[in-house]
Amino acid sequence: MRGGRGVTPVGPGGPGSPTVPGDPGAPRRSGGAGDGLGGLGWGGRSRRRLAKGRAFEVAALLATLLGVAALAALLGDLLLDGVRHLSSHFFTSFASRFPERAGIRAPLVGTLWLMGLTAMLAIPVSVGAAVFLEEYAPSGWFARAIRTNIATLAGVPSIVYGILGLALFVRALGLGRSVISGALTLSILVMPIIILAAQEAIRAVPRGVREAAYALGATRWQVVWHQVLPLAFPGILSGAILAVSRAVGETAPLIMIGAMSFIAFTPGSLGDPFTALPIQIFHWASRPQEEFQALAAAAILVLLALVLGMNGLAAIVRHRARQGE
Amino acid sequence: MATVYDIDSGGREPALEARNLSVAYGGREVVRAVSLAIPANSVVALVGPSGCGKTSLLRCFNRMNDLTPGARVTGEVLFHGQDLYHPAVDPARVRQRIGMVFQTPNPFPKSIFDNVAFGPRVNGFEGDLNRRVEESLKRAALWDEVSDRLAEPAGKLSAGQKQRLCIARALAVGPEILLMDEPASELDPRASQRIEELIYALKRDYTIVIVTHNLQQAARISEYTAFLQGGELVEYGPTDVIFTKPREERTETYVTGRFG
Repeated sequence: MRGGRGVTPVGPGGPGSPTVPGDPGAPRRSGGAGDGLGGLGWGGRSRRRLAKGRAFEVAALLATLLGVAALAALLGDLLLDGVRHLSSHFFTSFASRFPERAGIRAPLVGTLWLMGLTAMLAIPVSVGAAVFLEEYAPSGWFARAIRTNIATLAGVPSIVYGILGLALFVRALGLGRSVISGALTLSILVMPIIILAAQEAIRAVPRGVREAAYALGATRWQVVWHQVLPLAFPGILSGAILAVSRAVGETAPLIMIGAMSFIAFTPGSLGDPFTALPIQIFHWASRPQEEFQALAAAAILVLLALVLGMNGLAAIVRHRARQGE
Repeated sequence: MATVYDIDSGGREPALEARNLSVAYGGREVVRAVSLAIPANSVVALVGPSGCGKTSLLRCFNRMNDLTPGARVTGEVLFHGQDLYHPAVDPARVRQRIGMVFQTPNPFPKSIFDNVAFGPRVNGFEGDLNRRVEESLKRAALWDEVSDRLAEPAGKLSAGQKQRLCIARALAVGPEILLMDEPASELDPRASQRIEELIYALKRDYTIVIVTHNLQQAARISEYTAFLQGGELVEYGPTDVIFTKPREERTETYVTGRFG
């Protein structure tokens, strides 16, 4: 920063001033202006404006810290309660009436089943739908209505999907309270989210790439397959991972379709009953004994690690795609 | 106003002929009843002020307007006596015969080789792909600069090289006609000059229609010039006539630089 202390007020973005995580744009902009005008002298108005900007920055920082502090408190509390249960025994044992014998084998395997099946079912259908909406659908009222509805569906409470799953998969299709019913229900739940993410990724493919491919005599299918999808792939994948990680944490729809909370086996086929981590957590946390509460904390740690791991994976996919450009 | 301009094409068959061609975007007409014939193996420049419809007209010639939502084309474009807008015509096939180069160099985010090979690949080319890529790059005067790094991403090339790569990519499909939409307007003077030299060399084997807002460029490289204004074809004829003794006053006003 040019200029002495008395001449130039230290503007946002100056040395040592805090920056707001997640919003690198704003401080950098004002920092640039401050650097450029450093030697020109500042009127009272600029001083007031800078003060205002600084106040806002501090407020934004406090808001961020509040969120981080809440998360840290939660994690700390969980670690304190749960970490002592995190042994290999905890991962390999089934649920039990005796807290010291109880483990998460059934719900963990159930959750992994749900994750894999949901990804396999939801991602191809969602990408297909997104390709249709972005590349094929005529731009008339019909496509507009579908687009609006998908955005709305992404905001529908998950319990509603649970009721749909119960009526459609468990009863009407006779799939019962099985892991496939659960996966199908979660698939419908995350499909709108994946479709929206995929649409956005497809829309971000530069127009010039499409035009160039069409101008070379490529058919619509060739343009989509050889140019659009490869370029949109990282965006689609990271959106899909985030959506599936959301599904992993869902409890309400699974309770609705009748997932068990106490089973002493893991699903061996699509038609078997199942349980999942959030349900096990809910079950343990609602028991009065303190020991079960600690087990719930340990299970939450596992679930959090799973979700955070997937979020990290999504971030890596995005990052690598950006580097590849 | 539909006017068929008789131009002395030296006995050559027209490679492309527009008849009463109009383009409208959502009801707004941007090309009005244009009729003109493009002689084979010539360079025809489409000039006119911004928004005169020259790019829209160009994009009719390989049915790129099909991709613009709300665009409506009426009239005919004849190519070997066949109307390109006949319902039975497959636009992808049209674009194999009539290639296009865009204003902004737009190579695919792939290797240099894959850029040139894309066209032959999607068109089911069964010959020697390596040779086709080499030939195309040579024709586009780029081979000497990239022959030892064909596997490198096209994004590493300079803007002028990218545009020549786009030309090579278009040539690799084996078109008869090349449509160019201000191909040099985003390049520096040296790179721009190289594109002009290339166009001059290419007209031996191809028919070239080029949109440009650079009148000097049109005068340097084209044999025929069409002047458009407000979507209408004001005047069309040999380039030297258009630039030295145009029939229409509007043409004279434009080419002498009094507006636009």
